[in-house]
Formats: sequence, C-alpha cells, structure tokens
Amino acid sequence: MEALEHLRSGAEIAGYRVLEKLREGGMAVLYRVASPSGAETCLLKIPKLGFGSHPACYAGFDVEQMILGRIAGPDVPQLIAKGESEFGPYLVIEHIAGTPLSDYASRAPLPAEEVARLGAALAAAIHALHRQEVVHHDLKPSHVILRHDGRAALIDFGLAFHGHLPDLVEEESDRPPGTPAYLSPEQLAGVRGDPRSDVFALGVILYLLATGRLPFGEPASLSGQRRRLYVDPVPPRRIRPDLPPWLQEIILHCLEVRAEDRYATAAQVAHDLTHPDQVTVTERGNRLSQPGMMTAGRRWLAALVEPPAVRKSPAAHLALAPHVLVAVDPACGSEPLLQALRDVVARIIAGEAHWRVSCVSVLEPSALTEQEEGAEIMRSLHTQRLVELHHWAQTLGLPQERLRFHVLEGGDAAARLIEYARASHVDHIIMGARGSSGLRRFLGSVSSRLVAEAPCTVTVVRAVPVRDWPP
Amino acid sequence: MKIAVLSDIHGNLEALRACLAHAAREGAEQHVFLGDLVGYGADPVACLGLLADHAGRGALLVRGNHDAAALGGLCENMNDDAREAAYWTRSRLSTAERDFLAALPLTVRRDGLFFAHAGADAPEKWNYITSKVQAGRCMDASPAAVTFAGHVHHQSLYFSAGSVRVFQPVPGVPIPLSPRQRWLAIAGAVGQPRDGNNAAAYAMYDEEERMLTYFRVPYDHMTAARKIVAAGLPARLAWRLQRGK
Repeated sequence: MEALEHLRSGAEIAGYRVLEKLREGGMAVLYRVASPSGAETCLLKIPKLGFGSHPACYAGFDVEQMILGRIAGPDVPQLIAKGESEFGPYLVIEHIAGTPLSDYASRAPLPAEEVARLGAALAAAIHALHRQEVVHHDLKPSHVILRHDGRAALIDFGLAFHGHLPDLVEEESDRPPGTPAYLSPEQLAGVRGDPRSDVFALGVILYLLATGRLPFGEPASLSGQRRRLYVDPVPPRRIRPDLPPWLQEIILHCLEVRAEDRYATAAQVAHDLTHPDQVTVTERGNRLSQPGMMTAGRRWLAALVEPPAVRKSPAAHLALAPHVLVAVDPACGSEPLLQALRDVVARIIAGEAHWRVSCVSVLEPSALTEQEEGAEIMRSLHTQRLVELHHWAQTLGLPQERLRFHVLEGGDAAARLIEYARASHVDHIIMGARGSSGLRRFLGSVSSRLVAEAPCTVTVVRAVPVRDWPP
Repeated sequence: MKIAVLSDIHGNLEALRACLAHAAREGAEQHVFLGDLVGYGADPVACLGLLADHAGRGALLVRGNHDAAALGGLCENMNDDAREAAYWTRSRLSTAERDFLAALPLTVRRDGLFFAHAGADAPEKWNYITSKVQAGRCMDASPAAVTFAGHVHHQSLYFSAGSVRVFQPVPGVPIPLSPRQRWLAIAGAVGQPRDGNNAAAYAMYDEEERMLTYFRVPYDHMTAARKIVAAGLPARLAWRLQRGK
C-alpha cells in the first residue's frame, strides 16, 4: 500500500509510466502518466486504501470508476483503463487540458459578462451529465476545468449518483457527504439523486464568481450549514451594486431553498445566461435586502419536515422540463397553420410541469437588405418579426416568464435552427410544413432537413385544408 | 464467462423457454437454476426434461422448497393453492424425475460465487429475504462475495461494505459489482412474477467484467395460464400469471 502513494517517476502500472505526482488528497493520489505508446498524457488515480484509511475512500473510488464507465462526451473525462495492479486498484483517466474554474474564482469578483460566459459553459456541462442519468453532488470550482475552446468539463465523480446504478456512497449520520459550502438544502437532509442539487451548487459557484464571496460561508457544523434552509444569502447586488439585476435573478433562482422553486434544469440556466435580455426580472433580481424574520421563521418551521426521497431518475426529472422550440414564420400567410402550431404547442406542454417554450423565427436576407441601407432595413425587419412572434404567442395565453423570443438571421434557415437547438439544449422542435409551393421545390424544405439533422425530436405540423376533407 | 441465473421456474414451460432463448441471445455460456423448478405450473415433467438436458451439459441446479414438497411431506407451511399444486405435481412425476429432484444440493459454490434458493444462513429453513436484516444474515453466512438467491419472486440487489443497502435494478442495465462490497442478487421468478409485471425475470452475470444484468422477458403467459386451468389446478394460479401478482 505504502508504495502506491509514493510511486517514483518512471515507475509503471499496466504500461502507464509515471511522470509526476500531481496531488495527494484525503481519498486518492493522482499521478500524471504517459500512455504505453507515449503519445498522450493521462491521469492515474489510486485510492488510499489501507490501515487507517477512511471507508469512504473505497466507495468513492468505486463510484468514480462505475460512473466514468457509463458517461461520455466532452463534458467529462474519458475513462481510459481500469484494473487491479499488484498494489491495488487503479484508474487511468483522460487528462483534460485547460484552466480550473478555481483559478477564475480566486480572481472574483469577475465582470458580469464573464460570470455569464463561464456559468453558461458550466451549466451546459451539468445538463449533459444529468441527461446521462448522473448527478455530480460535489460541484465546486476545483472540480470544473475550462477547456481552451471555452467548454467546461466536470471532474471528480467520487460522490456522484447514477439513477440506474446502486448508490455506493457511504451514508454517514452526522454529516452529509460533500463540500459544506456547496451543499443544497436537500443534500443536508440526506436526499441524493436530485439533479436540482447540482443547480443549487451552480448557484453557489455563480454567486462566488460574481461577488468573490460564498453565499453561505463555510460553516463547519451541521447546524451552521442548515442555516441556508431558512436564511437567504445577502443579495449579490448589495455586495456589488453594479451587478445587473438579471444576473442576481438567475443566481438567486438557482439558490432557492425548495428544489421545486429552482430552475428545473441546468439547461434553463445556460439558456438564461446566454440570453440575459430575455430574463424576466422579478423582486428576486432587484432586492437589496434579505427577507425578514417572518420568512426565516416560517422556513425554519418548514425545515423541520424532512424533504421526500427522490423517486425519479435524473433523466426522468429532465423529461418534466422540456425545452420546446417552435419555429414560426408569422408571415407565412396561413392562419390555419399558425393556429395548428399553437394547438400542437399547447398539447405538447400540457401535463409537463416545468416546460420552457422558445418562439423562434428566421429572417432571411433579401436583395433589399443587401443594399447600402441594408443594416438599417434588417434592424427594422428584425423588430417587426419580433413583434409578430409576440403577437402569435399571445393567443396561447402562457405565462410570460416561461416564453422566450428569438429572431435568428441568416440565409440557411435550417442550419440556424439546428444551431440554436443544439446550443440551447432543445428537447423538441415544432414547426410548420410549408405548402407545396414552387419555391419549396426550388429551395428544398426546411422541415425535412430539420427532421434529418436536428439533435432532438421534431414535429412537423400541417394544417388540414378544409376543402380537401373528406378526400 | 456469462452465467444465466434462473430461479423459481415453477413448472412454467413457456416462461422457461422464453428466458433460455433470451439468455442464448445474450450470450449465456453457463446456466444456474436456483430451485423451485416445479410447483404451481402445469408442465413440471417437460420443464424437468429440459433442465436435465442442461444439467447434462454442465448447468448447476439447487433445490427449492417446492421441489422438496413435490417429493413428499405434508406441506403444512404452504398455503392452500401451493399445497394443492404440490400434491398435483407429485402425481405427475415418475421415479426418474423424483430421483433427479432428490439428488439436487441445497447450495452450490463456484469460483467466488454462491448459489442458494433461499437465505444462505439456513438454506434448509427456506427463509425469505425481504429485508436488509435478512439480506445481511444471508451475506454474512455466504462463503462468497457474490451470492445469488431466489424464493422471493421480486428482483432486487442487496450490497454491503458495512451497512446493508438495497437497490431496485433497472432491467437491461448492467451493474458493475465492486470487489470491495459484498453482493446478494435476488434473481426474480421465471415462472411466476409477482411484482405487477407479468414478464418472466432472470439475471445474467458476466464473471470477467463483474457485470450483473437483470432482465424481464415477455412470454406467452396466456398459454401457460390456459394449461393451468385445463390441468385442473387452482384457477388463481392462472390468474396470477396474467396479472404478474
């Protein structure tokens, strides 16, 4: 056992050659190693097992191995090899090149735009993880790496939870597993597996980046940690008056005490951080003082009741909060089609508790807008289209804070829509079928390209012409 | 090696065939039958014939309480339907089949794995494993880190590295079994599922990968139920197959 914690540079495990010891944590030792071909550098992780080591070490190591074996994508490190060496078990993990978010956090407070950019990248990575049935449960700046291309990757899955696998993380009665400053209220009560716990930790990270402070400090005692169940953090704008209200709105929305009051998905946080002009700012975004004693007292009483255990898997949670994109061409001239689109939107979000609908239109440049005064004309067309979108949605009678409106510009409508759907983690695209005009025959249909290339479900809506019925 | 673990067949030929075919498609190289081969179902003889073939090719089998009941005794611990089915089964078995059942061991051990029909702490007592306490006793008594049991007609997975915990497996999702935990897999029932899902249940363990996968296999339960009624067995036993209860 001793030997594993002090592997010399040049030592080999399963063909991986040790270059240097990176760090030694409480539970594991991390080495930088060269792959057998020597072509790439990876990380070698070895649990500190042996006399006097914490039992959680075993579980944390097994959890990380189990979960890394099930997840993929640029948002997480790839599991390259695993096994039992003569010294004990080991993992070889992809070395993610980039800057740890903790480096940014040490420079906080950061400008609002930078907080939004980093936060959106982090939220996108968290959502990608949740889609794969995994809740991280230990998100903090040192567990996030910003890749050079701007995307975020999450590391250290020792406390993670997979909705379809046994939860090996050790239960301890006196303190919940995790980092106290980032624990959600339900984690403090011992509830595991709710993806909104990660949304809470995301809120703590955003708060830290925006203000340079932790919203709940770093209390050591459980009773100190439990204060967050009834006392709100100081509003970020009181610490930094120049912070825009939309950012405070987003941060405090993530930090709501009750999980059901938070953003339903990290994707919604990412979407809001990338489109701040669309965020409906409520009292939450404008407030400069914390709610009074009455609220705290009421919450203190409510906190005596244990939160219910999580019954849904992480991905099943996301299914309750679909992001629906409806592609509308208000100028299509067919009121029956526009109505049919509204009907289908209403049907698809019916029964889903936390949906979000983005109404999107693509403005294609024409000969007119390519002239000298084109930019001016385009701006006015843009505004006109936006007004028409709002008008189209008005009859739906949906709450404003759940709707988003976007006018995209570009010649290739299908490509613009697919780009938007991918960036905004859209779950379902609804669009109208263009009539069989000569134009469509000439240009090809946008809907058929979306059906073929979109990263999600696509519903193509057609208004049934009255005169053709019955056929 | 991939080992298919099939428990509580209960003389249900349709379910057994469907599970064996499924296991073959999943690449099973070894079979373990966890007892209660007969009792309740209308095809004890055909099932035993199929199982004897497998035994001849190296499959492992253990005895269950319904197998013991088919050999003799008053079956005082059984409910009316079970007792009636046990008496009916006895009347169908020839000497060869009785000898086959009588020769079955209560438990089998194989390379770090342990198999029993009921709780391994006292296999002859046919204890049901329905709680973490009972699961803990079974895991403590087992000589292996991975134990398989049946008897309870629900699929579940108990594990322990100190305190015992339980996990409800998701069909078709492979579960890696860490060597640093003890595991007790309840395979579910091939021939009489009781969790409200009428699909047959079994489990597959991949020894090299240390991966356990639970499966649910839909089968022609209408035919199995019809045969039960035609054989004059209690109608409730037919109804159970259709409802999976």
